[in-house]
Amino acid sequence: MVQPTAVTAAEAIPRRPRGLSLGGALENPHLLGVLFTLPAVLLLGVFLGYPFILGIWLSFTNTLIGGKGAFVGLANYLGALMDSVFRLATFNTILYTVVAVWFKLVLGLVLALILNWDFRWKGLIRAIVLLPWIVPTAFSAIVFWWMFDSTFSGITWLLMKLSLIHTRIDYLGDPNLARTSIIIANVWRGIPFFAIGFLAGLQTISPTLYEAAAVDGATGWHQFRHITLPLLGPLLAIITTFSTIWTFADFQLVWIITRGGPANATHLYGTLAFQRAIQGGAFGEGAAISNFILPVLVLSVLICYLYLRREA
Amino acid sequence: MSEQSSWGLDRREFLKTTGAGLAGASLAGASLAGLTGSGTAEGAAALSPPAITPEKGATLRVLRWSGFVKSDEEVWNANSKKWEEQTGNKVLLEYLSWEDVRPKSAMAASVGAGPDVVLGWFDDPHLYPGKLIDVSDICEYLGKKYGGWYDVFRAYGYSPSLKRWLAIPFGSPAGTNNYRISWVKEAGYEKPPEKLDEFLKLCKKLKANKHPAGFTFGRAVGDGNGVCYWLLYSFGGKTVEKDNKTIAINRKETWDCLEFAREFYEAQTEGVIAWLDPHNNKAFLAGEISMTYNGISIYYAAKGKEEWKAIAEDMDHAFLPVGPPGKPGQISLVTQGFIFKHTRFPNAARHYLLFMMEKEQYAPWIEAMRGYVTQSLREYAKLPIWTADPKHTPYRDVVERMLPHSYAGIPGPQAAAALAEYVVVDMFQDAISGRKTPKEAARTAEDRLVKIYRK
Repeated sequence: MVQPTAVTAAEAIPRRPRGLSLGGALENPHLLGVLFTLPAVLLLGVFLGYPFILGIWLSFTNTLIGGKGAFVGLANYLGALMDSVFRLATFNTILYTVVAVWFKLVLGLVLALILNWDFRWKGLIRAIVLLPWIVPTAFSAIVFWWMFDSTFSGITWLLMKLSLIHTRIDYLGDPNLARTSIIIANVWRGIPFFAIGFLAGLQTISPTLYEAAAVDGATGWHQFRHITLPLLGPLLAIITTFSTIWTFADFQLVWIITRGGPANATHLYGTLAFQRAIQGGAFGEGAAISNFILPVLVLSVLICYLYLRREA
Repeated sequence: MSEQSSWGLDRREFLKTTGAGLAGASLAGASLAGLTGSGTAEGAAALSPPAITPEKGATLRVLRWSGFVKSDEEVWNANSKKWEEQTGNKVLLEYLSWEDVRPKSAMAASVGAGPDVVLGWFDDPHLYPGKLIDVSDICEYLGKKYGGWYDVFRAYGYSPSLKRWLAIPFGSPAGTNNYRISWVKEAGYEKPPEKLDEFLKLCKKLKANKHPAGFTFGRAVGDGNGVCYWLLYSFGGKTVEKDNKTIAINRKETWDCLEFAREFYEAQTEGVIAWLDPHNNKAFLAGEISMTYNGISIYYAAKGKEEWKAIAEDMDHAFLPVGPPGKPGQISLVTQGFIFKHTRFPNAARHYLLFMMEKEQYAPWIEAMRGYVTQSLREYAKLPIWTADPKHTPYRDVVERMLPHSYAGIPGPQAAAALAEYVVVDMFQDAISGRKTPKEAARTAEDRLVKIYRK
């Protein structure tokens, strides 16, 4: 709101016609808005837009490292679809994402429900629960790498001491065991994100709802099913979307633990793209592989958006 | 190549005609010209280094792999400091874990910015030859002065298609068979046999004696590739023909090799199929395995710790055995120095790399690495480090047995892609795990190689 005195003062000063001077331009709310958002737009453009568009462009070329590529149309995409290693990576990526996100969601929810209880040192314990999420991924990956080591694994050692097994377990040598191992590592790392997110959601649910339900004779399960879950819905959609995006585009865990082996059994889009583009020098092909992540990400964001709109 | 005929003459003329303002450059000249006279090869005194006058006030950004031993970086840093003092220029050294140098160097090549000089790996220079400064004069001079380049280093440094040297080969952290003397004796052998069939028998006995061998078959850049290519080459197998087009993997030699590899794998300790580079070192030092393919790092780790001293005494190194054709063959990491065209100081960069390869700098550097890195020039095989401890000697001579990973083709984007994608390692994994028959595994590898070499 403009003060009456200010109006008088402004009117007292003769002004040049609007739009021709800097001062006049700055008084134009539309132009001013553009100016204010410009830094953010520029930042996004330079650090997000440019690499993104470059990635798309590269995927349509046969660029090799250090060279200028020519436009090859959809050849990289078609080549990838014909490639057995890519198809295996597609299977691995979907399996990895679906299984890991599902486990993270369920276990994260359970953990959040437990953490929501009133108990001693709950603040401290809630902080500790966040640890797997806080430590650098590379660090936790190395820890898991040792836990899944065929010679020095602590798990194997314990099981052997307990006489439950007599030969060592080849965690990362067998395709299915290797897949299971990296999924376990991802789940361990991702649970806190779900748990803390859900915990925040749980705390916004008014206790009076539970009290009213209890008076009406609702059991614990009914309360969970008809109060907790629906009220956590929007949060669940957002958290799951984020996690899906991160898991689908995962790189570090797999690269450190298996390098995509044995025989490509744990290659994800991220690791395969890195291997082809950076190590193998085929930028175009690597870019195309990583762009296969896009439709899935767009789809998951869309589902989340539609769900939230319906809820609203 | 410069038009000037001799570095020494240049310097003398230079000293006659210039004042103190150019003292830095003259000092550098003094150093290199001085070395010319101290060359060990016959007639080296007559050989002049290429005339290179480093730019004044240059700051070189040098990207290198972190030393496998501390003394490596100490000597490299001291040599760089010496160069700084002699030329008045500056060197900014960046050490990265050896596996991280390749992507960083590749990015520098791609964007045309970043380090001026890189000590990279394998066939990096062949991936972006157009981005690199010609070092032919330096390599030819070094070759003449120091008894010539070993074949494998020539293959990695020289581009036959461009007919020029792309990089200066600095050496190879080579691998040999590391074995426990007492356990091999216990199995009835004085030392590991030189033929693969007999070697397999030894592995089986070692396993029966609860001291299995542990040869890496996982996606380990150094050890996994090292073991798989050694077996492939030992059977006379190869990925591609000399024409660098005809894929040669799906052949009888490979099938026989994979058949053998299955039995060989069974005779190893559990889990080698997923081992990465550090695994075998730890397993050997923990006394879990009796033999493995590795650099000299295990030996030095053992020597450096009181509790492992007994292992150091009880271990030795031997050449990897040969297969039915009787010809040795193995790959190894090869490191080489190259200069990007985007550098503002091409002469300083060339001068620096040449300086580092001259005996005054190179010899103490190789000595300091205590056998981790094997010389690329024959003359340096005479360095005392190789005989100071007889356990070092196999690392000196193993270069004669090495072939490039592109064999029988030439290094370049295709061979680099095949290596980066672990096509050969995957083929072995498919076969030894029993997921595919040797023929199926070879056919899968062939399909992938055909795609790669068609690019």
